[in-house]
Amino acid sequence: MSPADVSGDAVAASALLTVRGLKKSFGTNQVLSSIDLTVDRGCVLVLIGSSGSGKTTILRCLNGLEQADGGTVDVAGEVQLDFATSPSNKERAALRDRSAMVFQHYNLFPHMTVLENVLEGPVIVQRRSHTEATDEALALLDRVGLSEKKDAYPFELSGGQQQRVGIVRALALRPQLLLFDEPTSSLDPELVGDVLRLITELAQEGWSMVIVTHELEFAREVAHEIAFVDGGKIVERGHPSQLLRNPQHERTRQFLHRLLFPF
Amino acid sequence: MNQSPWDLLLSSLWPLLSGAIKGTIPLALSSFSLGLVLALGIAIMRLSKRKLVSGIARVYISIVRGTPLLVQLFVIFYGLPSLGVLIDPWPSAILAFSINVGGYAAEVIRAAILSVPQGQWEAAYMIGMPRRRALRRIILPQAARVSVPPLSNTFISLVKDTSLASLILVTELFREAQQVAAFSQEFMLLYLEAALVYWVICLVLSTGQSLLEKRLDRYVAR
Repeated sequence: MSPADVSGDAVAASALLTVRGLKKSFGTNQVLSSIDLTVDRGCVLVLIGSSGSGKTTILRCLNGLEQADGGTVDVAGEVQLDFATSPSNKERAALRDRSAMVFQHYNLFPHMTVLENVLEGPVIVQRRSHTEATDEALALLDRVGLSEKKDAYPFELSGGQQQRVGIVRALALRPQLLLFDEPTSSLDPELVGDVLRLITELAQEGWSMVIVTHELEFAREVAHEIAFVDGGKIVERGHPSQLLRNPQHERTRQFLHRLLFPF
Repeated sequence: MNQSPWDLLLSSLWPLLSGAIKGTIPLALSSFSLGLVLALGIAIMRLSKRKLVSGIARVYISIVRGTPLLVQLFVIFYGLPSLGVLIDPWPSAILAFSINVGGYAAEVIRAAILSVPQGQWEAAYMIGMPRRRALRRIILPQAARVSVPPLSNTFISLVKDTSLASLILVTELFREAQQVAAFSQEFMLLYLEAALVYWVICLVLSTGQSLLEKRLDRYVAR
């Protein structure tokens, strides 16, 4: 089930995602000015930054929920998009198929059971065999401890359970890249741990990820690289311990200080 | 001719009920079904990003809501023949009522679609759905629950509005009442009796609405 099975070890250190000069404006408001980033296979990039800094927009551009105005995105050398030439729907769909997103507000389908939520992508969209997809979905639900909830509706679940279903829904799409948009920001504090632990396990299994989060301890543990986003730019990036303990940039220092000492 | 009011009430009950069963109810059901299909199309057009498409829907809704139903009915039945288009009473009535429901229900459906949180569209896109399928599989089932109360209103209004079809010679509940009333000269009695039958039909519909709402409750995002 881990992506290493698909990609093989030989290419383990090569870049999975390469973004160059990504730009996005809403009207006259430039949200991303020129974003460069790379994620190697099996690696985790964590984006931190204050709200409105553009970090969520980066994720949304990668999943095609926003259309970037310029820049290039390359996934595994197989999908290449140049947003300056406004790519076709087909090209954008090809990019979207490479990644799966976990949302801050879960966004489960309320009219479907847990199992139906997970199967909607593989069976209805990807047209994989129902039996095979169901086996895979049940195994994934079992692994997050929710197999007995497979016939429950989302409203019957706690926030933490809903988010774990959200993660399973993303995994069931068999993406190359997992995108997490503040996955614990709408959870009650006592439910945050389970979800973060699950994401950490997935990272250890070799899933490639981009995570937007405010949980610094979690970021330190899970990230191979942390990037600080401010004003639509990546101000600073580096190894977690280096960036969190010894930030080079004044803005990074201020941000970390505010997060560590809110009072 | 010297029937007691009670006898008249009983003897006229069957013609009235038969008018409801053969006229009012099938007229309302068929017009509502056709109207809903039309309304869904108009609602989707109205939500289109293309100005021309949404403009057409906007004009349609504006005309339907801005003109009296009775006038729409008369234009189709009494007006169109002068252009050489002759339509029988029944099809005329169904046409007019469907067009009318199409306009009102379109706004209800549009609002219901817009009431589904944006995150539901995004999750559907995320798993790879194109817009059309996202609408059909993810958005409309949720919009359906939201639109049950206002669409029930539309349906109940329609049931009562079908009485206007009596004016274009469709045999339905109210026309039956008029005929018995004219014959017996008991206007008050017959019109109150007709009102009672309409009321009972609408009571049944209201009950149906509550049942449907309960059944669809699991579709609501919480």
